[in-house]
This record gives sequence, C-alpha cells and structure tokens, in this order.
Amino acid sequence: WECLQVAVELPQGWRPQGLVQGSLQREGSSRLLLCVMRQSKETAGPTLGWGGWRQGRLCQGEGEDGLGFCVATVGATEAAPSCVGDMADTHRDAGLKQAPAPRNEKAPVDFGYVGIDSILEQMRRKAMKQGFEFNIMVVGQSGLGKSTLINTLFKSKISRKSVQPTSEERIPKTIEIKSITHDIEEKGVRMKLTVIDTPGFGDHINNENCWQPIMKFINDQYEKYLQEEVNINRKKRIPDTRVHCCLYFIPATGHSLRPLDIEFMKRLSKVVNIVPVIAKADTLTLEERVHFKQRITADLLSNGIDVYPQKEFDEDSEDRLVNEKFREMIPFAVVGSDHEYQVNGKRILGRKTKWGTIEVENTTHCEFAYLRDLLIRTHMQNIKDITSSIHFEAYRVKRLNEGSSTVANGVEEKEPDAPEM
Amino acid sequence: MTRIHRKSVKKGFDFTLMVAGESGLGKSTLVNSLFLTDLYRDRKLLGAEERIMQTVEITKHAVDIEEKGVRLRLTIVDTPGFGDAVNNTECWKPVAEYIDQQFEQYFRDESGLNRKNIQDNRVHCCLYFISPFGHGLRPLDVEFMKALHQRVNIVPILAKADTLTPPEVDCKKRKIREEIERFGIKIYQFPDCDSDEDEDFKLQDQALKESIPFAVIGSNTVVEARGRRVRGRLYPWGIVEVENPGHCDFVKLRTMLVRTHMQDLKDVTRETHYENYRAQCIQSMTRLVVKERNRKDRSRN
Repeated sequence: WECLQVAVELPQGWRPQGLVQGSLQREGSSRLLLCVMRQSKETAGPTLGWGGWRQGRLCQGEGEDGLGFCVATVGATEAAPSCVGDMADTHRDAGLKQAPAPRNEKAPVDFGYVGIDSILEQMRRKAMKQGFEFNIMVVGQSGLGKSTLINTLFKSKISRKSVQPTSEERIPKTIEIKSITHDIEEKGVRMKLTVIDTPGFGDHINNENCWQPIMKFINDQYEKYLQEEVNINRKKRIPDTRVHCCLYFIPATGHSLRPLDIEFMKRLSKVVNIVPVIAKADTLTLEERVHFKQRITADLLSNGIDVYPQKEFDEDSEDRLVNEKFREMIPFAVVGSDHEYQVNGKRILGRKTKWGTIEVENTTHCEFAYLRDLLIRTHMQNIKDITSSIHFEAYRVKRLNEGSSTVANGVEEKEPDAPEM
Repeated sequence: MTRIHRKSVKKGFDFTLMVAGESGLGKSTLVNSLFLTDLYRDRKLLGAEERIMQTVEITKHAVDIEEKGVRLRLTIVDTPGFGDAVNNTECWKPVAEYIDQQFEQYFRDESGLNRKNIQDNRVHCCLYFISPFGHGLRPLDVEFMKALHQRVNIVPILAKADTLTPPEVDCKKRKIREEIERFGIKIYQFPDCDSDEDEDFKLQDQALKESIPFAVIGSNTVVEARGRRVRGRLYPWGIVEVENPGHCDFVKLRTMLVRTHMQDLKDVTRETHYENYRAQCIQSMTRLVVKERNRKDRSRN
C-alpha cells in the first residue's frame, strides 16, 4: 500500500485543529474525499468533518456536530486507490504545507475499515443537491429595523421593503402576515429562505390580542404540514412552511420588557422558537446594555418564558456548554445596516454618525455577529430540528387527541374541536 | 422698569413643565440634563410584571433653582405609565384632566375674594417625546397631541437621537413636521421676530423654527472627549457630546425653553389656552344656568 502525500494549503483565517482522521478515497476521476481539519468555535471533544475536493477548489461542509468547517485543497496525484492515512490528533501551525509522512507500516489497519463514515459525505451531497429551507419570522413594532436586519443577516435585499417599490411606511389597520421567499446560493449550497413579516404588530393604540393572528399563522403552517403527513398519497418531500424561528424585536429603552413583550413571548414561546433581540442597540452604552439584559433575563425568568436555545432541549453536556454561552448573551443587542463604509482600509457594513462609525460586524460594537453565527452558522439545523421534533410534534399530539375529521387513516370521522391554541 | 424687575426677581419666577411619552425615551435624563438637577434620584423603575397592572399617573417634582440671584421654582409634571400598556385607549385622558384641573383651580382662585397669593400651577409647556424607533408619528402620538394641543403648549421632541444618523434625523424631522400639519396638530409656535431685532437673533429664531422636532440626547455624566470634559455618552465607537450643536439639538431646546422663550410660553398659556378654557367654562356654566332657568320657567307655567 502506498499512502498519498497530501499537501494542504490553508485559506486565510483557518486554523488546523488537528488531523482527526484521514481517509482518502478516489471515486471516479475527479473527486477525492478528505477529512482533515476544522476550525472550531468551541471544541468539546473530537469531532469529525467531511469535505470534498472538486478539481482543486475549496469545499465547505458540515461536521456531524453541526459546526461548519472548511477543507483545504488537496494537491494530490493520481495515486493509491484507497489509503487510510492514520493521522492521529496532531496540532499543526497554520500554513502547513507538508502533509504528515506516509505511514507505510500501517497497512494492516485497512482490514478494519469498512467505510461507513462515508455516509456523511453521501448525506452532504444529497443535502447540497436538495438545498435547505429556512423560515424565519420577524416580529416587532414598525421602525425597529427588522427589514434592515434581515438584509444584513443574509447580505442581500430580501426583505419586504425591497419588494415594495414604494417607501411609504403605512401602518396597516390590522396585523398582516407577509411571506416572501428568496433563493440564496453560497459556495454551491442553495437555501430557500422565507421571511415572514408581521406589519402592524404593536403599532396601534390598542394592541390587545395582537399576537393572535401570528399564533394562528404558525399553527396554520403546522396544520398544513400535518395534513400533508397524514395523506394517503404523500409527497416525496413535504414542503416545509413551518416557522422555524421567530425573531422578536425589543426596543432599546434600557428599562425592562414592556407588557406587550411579555404577553407575546409568553404565548409564542410555547409554539415556536423565539430569539429575542434588542433592536437599534446603538442607543445603549455598554453599561446600559448589560443592565438592560439583566432586567430582561429576570423578566423572562419570572414569567416562565423559555426562549431559544431552550434549556430543556439540551441533549448532552456538549450541547449545554455551547448553548450556555449563547444563553448568557441573549438577548443579542443588534445594529443592522445595508450601507458600506471604509474603515481602516476595509469596507464594512455600518452606520456613520457625527461621533463615530458603528461597525455592524465588530463584536465590540454590537452583537450582530453572534446572532448571525447562532442563526446561520451553527444552530440553523438545530433550530429546524426543534421545530419539527418538538413544537410540531406537540401540535400534532394535540390535534390527534382532539380528533380530526380530516385524518385519513381509516379512523372514523369525528367533529373537529376548534380550541384556543 | 428696574423697580418691576427687582420685585419679580425678589419673588422669583415659576415654571411648570410637563414631560409626556412612552417610558424608556429618556425623559427623566433629559429633564435632569436641562436643569442640571437630579430630580429622579429615588425613582424605582417598575419591572414588566408591575407595569402590566399600571395605569397612567400624574406625578409632580418641584425644585428651586437659583442662578445669579434669580430664583426659579421649577415644577416638573411627569406621566408615568403613559403609552406603556397593551391597550392604551384614551390613556391621554388623565393628562388632559390634570391640565383642566389646574385651569379650574386657577379660575376659581381668580374669581375668589382673596387674590393676593394665587398659586399658578397651570402647565406652561408640554415636552412630548416621540420615539426615534418609529417611522414618524405613531397613532398614539397623534391622538395625544390632538387631545392636548388646545390645552397646553406642545413642543415635540425626537428622543434618543443618538440612534439616528444625520440623514435619518433630517428625514424623520421632515416626516414628523409633515404629519403634524397633515393631522392638524397645533404645536407651540415660536413668535415671529420683530423687524427691529438684530440679525443674529433673527437667524437664531429661524434656525429654531426649522429644528422642530428637537432631536435630543440627554446625559448627566461627564466624560472625557478630545481632551475636554463634557457631558455626554460614551460608546465603543465614539462619544456623543450633549452640548455639541453638531451632535444634537439639546442646546437649542435649552436655549428656547429657559433662555429665550420661557416667558412667551407662560404668556401663551395665560392668554390663549387658559382663556379658551375660561371661555368654555363660562359658556357651559351659562348654558347650565339658562337650562335651569328654562326648566324652572316650564315647571312654573
């Protein structure tokens, strides 16, 4: 057996965490599987990541723990058909050019290698082909920067504002639910992003029950999914319109939560993942921000409101560790912007005032980057999982218990109850 | 002239200022900044739970300020709870009632026999705080101002203006001014300059009129900026100086309120708002009397 000499070039900003496991397989003529190193935010134990090499280009992928990673290009030659480079955990400096020396004497290890780990790559390829769906709802009074934040999060003009040519911001008489879907692509990964806006929420003099249309919408999406599920002839892929995440915008008053905030979050946290954010946080000094967050956390606790990431859904200690870090920061104090400025020779997204420029992605200025990482880079899959395996299941159980006349499983028809959800 | 002047100085001046708006818009901070006081030292902010039960209150804080031998008795009327509930229908009513009560009190005192020491508790000016987080006026803002503009001098304030970039400030101000006109809200009008005033004063006056609503930032903490100690707010990206006219309209507001237009605010209160109230009062009283008389006539016949 001959092992491959792997020259690994790291892109800027990526650090090798260690060669956890190496395995090279050649499939066809232009693909090589390589699992090498990952940049990890919080390492808590060994993790695996997989990537692919397509004709010398960099590939990104997802580790089995859900954390993103990056695979360096492999300058490999047409060589050994399959070689298990048994590269153990070794930490290397960045800019490593020489691969670990081939270990010819490790040939016997091959007999023990079945290749089940390649399932990860198969899943990844399938996911890449299918694309991802993500449905995010934004709730908050008008003018809190919801559209701007979404545009900043996904770096494209995808909010309701960009679709409507008129800039007239009128407050609708009743609360409307507006859904806009966009296809986003990045590095070969396609995402179908749906942003659900709720204009009119909290804007009126009397805001009693203004959460009801929103609750109804969320439950309607669960209902739609449930109906598809119980169909005799089911679609191969049920279109998922369920709201995965609800961003709730709290105005930066610096005092505490308002009664409206409590009423809304108390009810909605039971049916959807709520991520509260402090909007337009550039009016709070760091001290005020800390104090405000403490008040909010206390208010949430005393009202029994469990926001994402919910404590009760932490699966293991690793989860808990990662999630605790986020829970300490919630609610994120965010500032959004779709204007670019030149600061220190770099182009950054920011807000320019007479006393300084607020850099959106600078974590010493605001916590936008943490929110983005949570929502997109690390916890997106987890958010979707909790929606489907917990919130949706709870809805399903409730519905099936009441009995539904449209359940087509041979169950006798019953009168559907229309409960207060 | 000097004799009148000396007498007023001895007596001291009084001024009643009302601040209204949702909680969390920096009203208390601004009041403290304007008058360099610490009126709200012992204030306890309610938690969200307690606020659910809260109704609109009217509170008064009085403070005596003396500067260069001139004494000012300043009364701040606050409206905690305004606009904070889920259902804010008619939350302006307690405020309107309070203002009317002061008018009524004055009316009675004025008609009374002993008029030597009438206490003037009438509200001379109401600073209404508009949230910078909205897209201009909110429905509640419009309703409040329309209910109160015939009762008190309203000076609209664009609060927490440090969350806005300069173009955003301009845009919001324009929008608010336009909406004020569209909804027929009569805010306090600065009197036009006399033609014999000097140019500086005229320019200042013009600038004042065009600054409505005043975009303010308040602070009572002193920070170090560019080698000087200033009152401001310290952010990671820079320091906002409250008294820097390039940063906000705080100086304009203070000038207007304290240094140039305080007397006019009182005059307008006295000559317009109070007179309106008085006329209405007398009219309704007359109507009552006439009704009574007619009833008596009818029952007699």
